[in-house]
Amino acid sequence: MTELVIIGGGPAGMSAAVAAYERGIRDILILERDSSLGGILQQCIHNGFGLHKFGEELTGPEYALKYINMVFKRHIRYKLNTMVLDITNNKVITATNETDGIFKIEAKAVILAMGCRERPKGALNIAGTRPSGIYTAGTAQKFVNMKGYMPGKNVVILGSGDIGLIMARRMTLEGAKVHAVCELMPYSGGLPRNIEQCLNDFNIPLKLSHTVTKIHGKERLEGVTIARVDESRNPIPETEEYISCDTLLLSVGLIPENELSKTAKVELSHITSGAVVDQDRQTNAEGIFACGNVLHVHDLVDFVSEEAEIAGKSAAEYINGTLKKTVNIPIKTDGKVRYSVPQMITREKDITVYFRVADVFHNVKINVKNENGELVFSKRRTKAVPGEMESITIKEDKIKNAKELYIELEE
Amino acid sequence: MYDVVIIGAGVVGSMMARLLSAFELSVCVLEKENDVSNGATKANSGIVHAGFDAVEGTLKAKLNVRGSQMMPKICKELGVDYKNNGSLVIGFCDEDKNTLLKLFLRGQKNGVKGLEILDRDALLKKEPNVSHNAVCALWAPTGAIVSPYELAIAAMGNAMDNGVRLKLDFEVKSIKKECEAYVISSDKETVLARYVINAAGVFADRVAKMIGDNSFKIHARRGEYVLLDSECGNTVSHTIFTTPTKMGKGILVSPTVHNNLLLGPTSEDIENKEDKSTTQKGLFNVIMSAEKSVDNIPRNKTITSFCGLRAVGDTGDFIINSPVKGFINLAGIESPGLSASPAIAEYALTMLKNQGLATVKKSSFNPIRKSAHYFKYASTEEKNEIIKRDSAFGRIICRCETVTEGEILYAIRTNPKPRDLDGIKRRTRAQMGRCQGGFCSPYITEILARELNIPVEKVTKCGGKSIINTGKTKEETLND
Repeated sequence: MTELVIIGGGPAGMSAAVAAYERGIRDILILERDSSLGGILQQCIHNGFGLHKFGEELTGPEYALKYINMVFKRHIRYKLNTMVLDITNNKVITATNETDGIFKIEAKAVILAMGCRERPKGALNIAGTRPSGIYTAGTAQKFVNMKGYMPGKNVVILGSGDIGLIMARRMTLEGAKVHAVCELMPYSGGLPRNIEQCLNDFNIPLKLSHTVTKIHGKERLEGVTIARVDESRNPIPETEEYISCDTLLLSVGLIPENELSKTAKVELSHITSGAVVDQDRQTNAEGIFACGNVLHVHDLVDFVSEEAEIAGKSAAEYINGTLKKTVNIPIKTDGKVRYSVPQMITREKDITVYFRVADVFHNVKINVKNENGELVFSKRRTKAVPGEMESITIKEDKIKNAKELYIELEE
Repeated sequence: MYDVVIIGAGVVGSMMARLLSAFELSVCVLEKENDVSNGATKANSGIVHAGFDAVEGTLKAKLNVRGSQMMPKICKELGVDYKNNGSLVIGFCDEDKNTLLKLFLRGQKNGVKGLEILDRDALLKKEPNVSHNAVCALWAPTGAIVSPYELAIAAMGNAMDNGVRLKLDFEVKSIKKECEAYVISSDKETVLARYVINAAGVFADRVAKMIGDNSFKIHARRGEYVLLDSECGNTVSHTIFTTPTKMGKGILVSPTVHNNLLLGPTSEDIENKEDKSTTQKGLFNVIMSAEKSVDNIPRNKTITSFCGLRAVGDTGDFIINSPVKGFINLAGIESPGLSASPAIAEYALTMLKNQGLATVKKSSFNPIRKSAHYFKYASTEEKNEIIKRDSAFGRIICRCETVTEGEILYAIRTNPKPRDLDGIKRRTRAQMGRCQGGFCSPYITEILARELNIPVEKVTKCGGKSIINTGKTKEETLND
């Protein structure tokens, strides 16, 4: 029996491990499928990480190294090149690697920190051929930053998620020509600073309300047809335009990787594709916690670390038998607020709720009401956008006696 | 000089090659593409049809029923996934019911066993997610599913293990008869054969013309498909067809042997026999039609879409004949061609024998092939034994489909050897899952480069100019 097994040695997994250690847990094992700790940060060689958490601007590998050193210093155990194949509801983990073969571990508590994956081209049903030269932005990033190879020279990017924006700049710096970034929505899903620093600084056009309607080329990609879309996001044929290119990069969304959560019978949210959790980041499966991008996709790694600290701390309390649920208050959202994390309150204390809005809103009030429609919290925002996660903190006394909380956006 | 040369390494050519490899014969397969199973075999529904569709007395009817009976044993020998899931043809009105009755009677004449007409209640009991608008169905318990490209790869691999030669990138440009031999040439190379099998798919008419046979034409029929995640295969447990029309069997909804959910195909005759592009309209129709026959299709779980070209002849039946002695056409092998393929090979062998081919059984013939999937189906104890011997089987490369480096290396070293990413995909399922190679393709690119002893920049997706990387980064270029 291992006290705490953490699935994933990226920023979430490491931060959770350190937090659990700080709460007295010593028997910790991190299982990491890659050949080093650090997760996706290792290929994010650009800067901009750590401003919130460490008050300095770090690259991805530098940010990862800070946590790797914390893990080393505490002698927290980890296994690399180890893929978890299955987790049962009662926390028996099956994993495989080259030296141990297929093995099982029983855990008192489990923290899910597997991160997310990119939505592939296939999910979009773009018409045309299936040549080489089409990659998700993250795959291209891996080729360029980790392997030292250029996936192409003439690039169109579909989707303006942050990785797409970062790769527009990266490919340009490596001598490629980025012809355009097409975004289906009338606004970008990426951070404003990335649009400024990765597109505008390099004169790369951002085509909002545009999509790729056709792929051309038999063997290697030869070009794409792009078109403007109408309000219901359908391409307008008269606006079609052919761009000659040998590479199409996709940054069209991230999906929390919850295949293992499903084997553990963890309840998942249809909106986040991550687990439904309480303020302690505990799932409906007792003793199984989730944090980081496997729970919901974050904008900044700093917030991933913060969330993982909550999960690590709570897992420690669970192992020590001090984590007691006292209430059961679901948090609901109105649709304009797409989702919240946590989705559930089970202890009466000050609670920070993270959420995303579904559209671009100006001058709104974020209201939290109880089951009787009574306002328990309200906050003004001049602007709220889907690309930036929002948070509010609700005081303990406001939660007291509530049966249900409802977050809504008042325009 | 070869005893037999087969033109085309689709499922028909591969089945033919395997059958011939059981005899003391020298056999060579010529394939214009970079890999076997790259034509219609790569992109079809993967259905082993029960055999009630084809009109009684036709070759289609005869060979379909026989082929589908042969399929389980062949798949077992070749280590190919085969699942007898049964099929349902659903009807929405009285007219459909009449058609289903006709199919029922036809099936009985064709010798299909176990056919039944179901009413609405019986249908919904069997398949709860089928559309509630359906009023009746034809139930065919002998219907089955198989992975078509895995079947062709395995058959060809087994044939090669038993001595058959495969020449890829060999596009036949001319065939001449000189004395007793056929002289078959590409732009670069010539082979000689006593007997020629024309299994050239959509190009079979072009090949037949080379020996002066203008008796038939093949056109390409485009079929577009949408494939859903491997967690969606349980949406339906049987293969769901709609009542057929002149253009084919309509849009089906079926689980695959790997538990994906497959929707398609459209049916559209096109001029260009190389045009495997999907269309917005086609993909839209696939989803719309599929949703008419089955409820709760989780369309947001789509992982890819693709297009295949069926080789449609102009006679309505398979075109299997011998226009001149020693030359046999296996042409127009549209649906139910996959189901019929082992029987087509058997039929062609009889023709060859009748034309004087001596068939002496090869004592060393081994019908068994171990596919790269053997590891996947091993028990945990067996897997650990394998990992102990070769640690590469403990290293997962493809997370979505759980494919190890050991399986990839095994596939690279096993006949017919893959030379590109798509070849690895079809043999191991790595890159076939929900991330579509996002995580694993950089690793597989490196493994291929290492194993083939070529630079990473030369690794391709599917041969030719389909390179994965166009060069090195600035830093790596400086390091060189």
